[in-house]
Amino acid sequence: MRVLACIKRVPIPGAKIPLTDDGTAVDDERLGHTVSPHEECAVEEAVRLVEAHGGTSTVLTVGPPDAEEQLRAAVSTGVDQAVLVPTDGADWDPQRTAAAVVAAIGELEQADGPFDLVLFGNESADAGGFQVGIRVAVALGRPMVQGIKEVEVDGDTVRVSRPTGTTSEVYELPLPACLGVREGLNLPRYPTMRGRLVSRKATIAEVTVDGPAGGQSLVALESPPEQEVETEVLGSGPEAIERVISVLEDLKVLT
Amino acid sequence: MIVVFVETTAGDDGDVLAGPSRQALTLARSLDDDVVAVAVDDGEVDLDEVAEDAGRYGAVQLHGAWHDLLDRYGPESWAAALDGLVEELAPGVVLAAGTERGGEVLAHVAARRDLPLVANVTHAEADDAGWRLQRVRWGGSLFEHTRLEAERVLLTVQPHAVDAVEVVDPAAAELVEHDVELDDVVARTRVVEEVVTSTGVSLATAPVVVGGGRGVGSAEGFADLERLAGLLGGAVGCSRVATNNGWRPHRDQVGQTGTAIAPTIYIACGISGAIQHWAGAKSAKHVLAINTDAEANMVARADWAVVGDLHQVVPALVAAIEAR
Ligand SMILES: Cc1cc2nc3c(=O)[nH]c(=O)nc-3n(C[C@H](O)[C@H](O)[C@H](O)COP(=O)(O)OP(=O)(O)OC[C@H]3O[C@@H](n4cnc5c(N)ncnc54)[C@H](O)[C@@H]3O)c2cc1C
Repeated sequence: MRVLACIKRVPIPGAKIPLTDDGTAVDDERLGHTVSPHEECAVEEAVRLVEAHGGTSTVLTVGPPDAEEQLRAAVSTGVDQAVLVPTDGADWDPQRTAAAVVAAIGELEQADGPFDLVLFGNESADAGGFQVGIRVAVALGRPMVQGIKEVEVDGDTVRVSRPTGTTSEVYELPLPACLGVREGLNLPRYPTMRGRLVSRKATIAEVTVDGPAGGQSLVALESPPEQEVETEVLGSGPEAIERVISVLEDLKVLT
Repeated sequence: MIVVFVETTAGDDGDVLAGPSRQALTLARSLDDDVVAVAVDDGEVDLDEVAEDAGRYGAVQLHGAWHDLLDRYGPESWAAALDGLVEELAPGVVLAAGTERGGEVLAHVAARRDLPLVANVTHAEADDAGWRLQRVRWGGSLFEHTRLEAERVLLTVQPHAVDAVEVVDPAAAELVEHDVELDDVVARTRVVEEVVTSTGVSLATAPVVVGGGRGVGSAEGFADLERLAGLLGGAVGCSRVATNNGWRPHRDQVGQTGTAIAPTIYIACGISGAIQHWAGAKSAKHVLAINTDAEANMVARADWAVVGDLHQVVPALVAAIEAR
């Protein structure tokens, strides 16, 4: 089977998210980069499905040329092919991103045949628009469910489930299908030494496509006001227990 | 007119709107007097009761969508039903709560019509040039101010960003029922089965959460945290480090890509308080940090701290409570 995982490069902020002077972007100059944990699980699932059923796994990102780093990281954990859809460096809105993914999938499928499954992270780590995967699925006319934490492919269908608190909803989608997956779907592996070597030499395919901008335009970013708290140190070991207990009693969680 | 897609739950006195839907109705009312709710009639809920509750939060009408295929949830079938009613009612704005279902259904509607959708909005305001919106990024760790121009404005409302407020003189919303038309293809994404997965205290609603991170050191290390949570009628949570090491299942993870908690007290043991973890913990009313590092972020954010080794503090606390 052919499985595609779609990812997005994002900075890794520390205790605070630093902004550029004009306040319109995260200042990521001094930050490392990664992808959302949801997307790490999408990549891992693509690799596992191909290990189990044969075929090829592909990873795709719409992003700046630097996103090569995240594509190579996916290859180092076992993905077969990597595709970059280069942007101008700006963060594209969800409609434009989805249109580019649809166009890229069109080109990749024309060359090598249809993808049985297209996996997305449930939402990106930074923008969190909760919609790119759904837009792609609707444009392709394929079924799509979000929030997935279990995937089982059986012939022409994929059985998936999503937790809702105390229950789990089960869906059975005909292939080809799209899924928005959540962290917890699997435990992503670490790259092997060999994987790292392979990824360094891997060719990154480029597909240059674009879509029209949607109606949403970012004006500014702002850190929410921090609540200043006075921390009361109750002690430095077991001798603090009595004071901890009176805190719990005051809050009425211990009676 | 503003259409609000509402979700229902079974409450103590009948079928009522889910909390985030009440919040979405409250936001809608601040934007327009003509607020109309839309709900799917899955055969389980009594829409008369829902109409009464929708009226309390300012809806003038409740439109119920009925079709054989709507008896169980499905993103495509529910979105097709909402889309049909939106076309009929022709509102300028459509809102839903930014919940799993609300966000999913509205994204499908947006995709069907190729309309923009702004997710997890905390504030909305219209002027001559269009809409000025505030929304959250990074799971709530950053605000975004954004402009929107669209033929029809589609927004999801960030849960708990707006307080649900009842109207002063409530009247039940007028119930209007619709037999909607659906293409059979939408049946492919309906829920086929619902499985009960847990019966214990749910992390999201637990009054006390005892969280453990890297400092716990092992799966076995969580036994003391389990005991403490049990004594306090709470649930155990964890950081991503604990999940990634296989010490805890992911359903216990608190944070941006885990669960958002809102307990009376969060007892965070050996957790540094990274921004992505805090994104899920910031609604805790109080925080007690147990950490060897007095400079840790979690300590700075805590009301109370014990600066020490959790492997000594937690068992001592358990023993002291058990001895009472
Ligand atoms: C996009 C993205 C999403 C993420 N989502 C999440 C998420 O949902 N949830 C989440 O938790 N993380 C998330 N993370 C990871 C997050 O950035 C941190 O890496 C993680 O929260 C750190 O976990 P920790 O606090 O257990 O470990 P550390 O940061 O290593 O902290 C361990 C703490 O334990 C203390 N300690 C050590 N030993 C002891 C002891 N014996 N007694 C007492 N204290 C001790 C240390 O002083 C330290 O403060 C995400 C990251 C990214 C990039």
